[in-house]
Amino acid sequence: MPCCYALGYRFYSKFIAAKILALDALRATPAERLENGRDFLVTNKWVVFGHHFAAIAGPGPLVGPVLAAQFGYLPGTLWVLAGAVFAGCVQDFVILLFSVRRDGKSLTEMAKEEIGRVGGFVAYAAVIAILLILLGVVALVVVNALKDSPWGTFTIAMTIPIALSMGLYLRRIRPGKVLEVSALGFLLVLLAIWGGQWAAQDPAMAHVFTLRAPTLAILIILYGFAASALPVWLLLAPRDYLSTFVKLGTIALLAVGIVALHPTLHMPALTRFVDGSGPVFAGKIFPFAFITIACGAISGFHALISSGTTPKLIARETQTRMVGYGAMMAESAVAVMAVIAACVLQPGVYFAINSPAGIVGQTAAAATATISSWGFPVTAAEMQALAQAVGEQTLFNRTGGAPAFAVGMAHIFSQSLGGATVMAMWYHFAVMFEALFILTILDAGTRVARFMIQDALGHIYKPLGRTSWYPSILATSALIVGAWGFFLWQGVKDPLGGINSLWPLFGIANQLLATVALCVATTIIIKMHRARYAVVTLVPLAWLVAVTFTASWQKIFDLNPRVGFLAQARALALGPATSATARLIFNNRLDAAVTAVLVVMVALVLIESVRQWIGVLSGREEARIKEAPFVMTRLVEERG
Amino acid sequence: MNRILKAAQILRAALREIFDEAAYERFLRRTHVISSKSAYADFCRERESSQARRPKCC
Repeated sequence: MPCCYALGYRFYSKFIAAKILALDALRATPAERLENGRDFLVTNKWVVFGHHFAAIAGPGPLVGPVLAAQFGYLPGTLWVLAGAVFAGCVQDFVILLFSVRRDGKSLTEMAKEEIGRVGGFVAYAAVIAILLILLGVVALVVVNALKDSPWGTFTIAMTIPIALSMGLYLRRIRPGKVLEVSALGFLLVLLAIWGGQWAAQDPAMAHVFTLRAPTLAILIILYGFAASALPVWLLLAPRDYLSTFVKLGTIALLAVGIVALHPTLHMPALTRFVDGSGPVFAGKIFPFAFITIACGAISGFHALISSGTTPKLIARETQTRMVGYGAMMAESAVAVMAVIAACVLQPGVYFAINSPAGIVGQTAAAATATISSWGFPVTAAEMQALAQAVGEQTLFNRTGGAPAFAVGMAHIFSQSLGGATVMAMWYHFAVMFEALFILTILDAGTRVARFMIQDALGHIYKPLGRTSWYPSILATSALIVGAWGFFLWQGVKDPLGGINSLWPLFGIANQLLATVALCVATTIIIKMHRARYAVVTLVPLAWLVAVTFTASWQKIFDLNPRVGFLAQARALALGPATSATARLIFNNRLDAAVTAVLVVMVALVLIESVRQWIGVLSGREEARIKEAPFVMTRLVEERG
Repeated sequence: MNRILKAAQILRAALREIFDEAAYERFLRRTHVISSKSAYADFCRERESSQARRPKCC
């Protein structure tokens, strides 16, 4: 693994930097030219690297590889390595550099300027769609991790007063001392994890904190609304700081644990489920492994970060290689750690945790019999002992990836630090780590989507665009929370566990955004008269088009009801009618429609891009790029 | 030893940047005020209007 990254960075990224992008250390960056001490600021390259990595690394590279481990450890690992080196790192690197050369413009703005209005509109719509689907699906991961888990629910519930206290401490007692208050908050969270076992053991407390999935979903929807409407300093910022603190520490700890322990992988290289009959999610290895693992290999969302804060901090063009290409390699390494965490589990245990009751059966006996019949032996007693070891009532049907990752991580940690006696603590630490981070994304994502909607509505009625006008805040917050809450509710009520439908939908949406980003990158490369090297972005673009369009087609039209949305709607219509049937049919048809709309929009961008390429290459259109004019850097002491 | 010291300094600077402590210091310098409850409140307001709009990746 380190060899792949070393070769990719040393040779491939250097080739891109020299032959295509022609990085110029003498060209002043927007951080220097537009420095204002606020957004634009010349910053040490390692500091920018840390900042960029903290922004791009989320729960995606942890959850996706765990889900894709149903195909075996090999497909996910190969895709994470090759995808990152040849696609993800390239996308992040070139988009970062192009944004640096355009005064830090966003992907949406670059798409509009370089491809046309269609490109800009589609990028905008894709961002909104991805945010909503993402928020729904990550909320579902939290619900599945916390349902019927008083310990986990108590710990996460405690993070709300902890974050509020941090906000008040920062505001009233020690203004600006974020690192100090984050360390204090982290200690309080550790205390909450330790205290969670009492909440689980005390009958009265256990009754309060043992919640079913629909109740948790409603609470999370209400929380999302409150977090969006509250002042940012009170809840959003402190939780953001706390989760970043926990995230960076945990990733470092997991890396140390894996290196120290050298854990044995029990999952085979390939499982029988490459044929598409997997219980975690249905669909063949192609295309579904490649949309299930997004963030660890290539993620369109990264293009938003690479054209957001980061380009405004870069001191020299030559640093974009280390920050853009290098940070994505680090994220890819995190995804490999997630593959390891999932694959150190016995396969029977992995499938018992990740398979929905609708597939393996409602009882422990039925589930273990079904899973053992697949060739992955597991017993009810084994699962019960494992559940007791991690302080849970049961580990069956804990779909979503987070519980399996937590068990794997607890397994690695407990073997290297503390032994089996602290496995429950490590498990709940891992659940807390994932849930805390996901809730931060819910906070921030809801607010970002709210701002985007308010910006758009402001063109229709000016007061709606004012981010301080409370009627607008409440209305747009309700709109956004209602939209992702719909997907969450759909997942909670889905007899196949929700992840089966929603994670592929999220993967498709995310990879379609990467398609838009690569269209922008290829268009710019061709306009720069580097067409003979455009293959560097064209190959990943072609691969993503093949993956996402095939996945979309199959998710809409496949005749297998576990794969195709429309086939599932038809199967439901023909089956026994229950009170939920009509809603499930509607949900499936809506998912099909959302997928179709996304694909059509991206196809339009692709057509528009190809039209541009042909025009430029045939000489019919002038290759006009919208770069900021060259200005010589004044950072003479740092040249070289 | 010097290298370790430099690495520790960079790590600290990165953490201060990630956790907005450096941004707060720049804000204090730019606005010529000293750290106080009201200065931090102003900083938070400014931060909300710009940084809170940035998406967080999945």
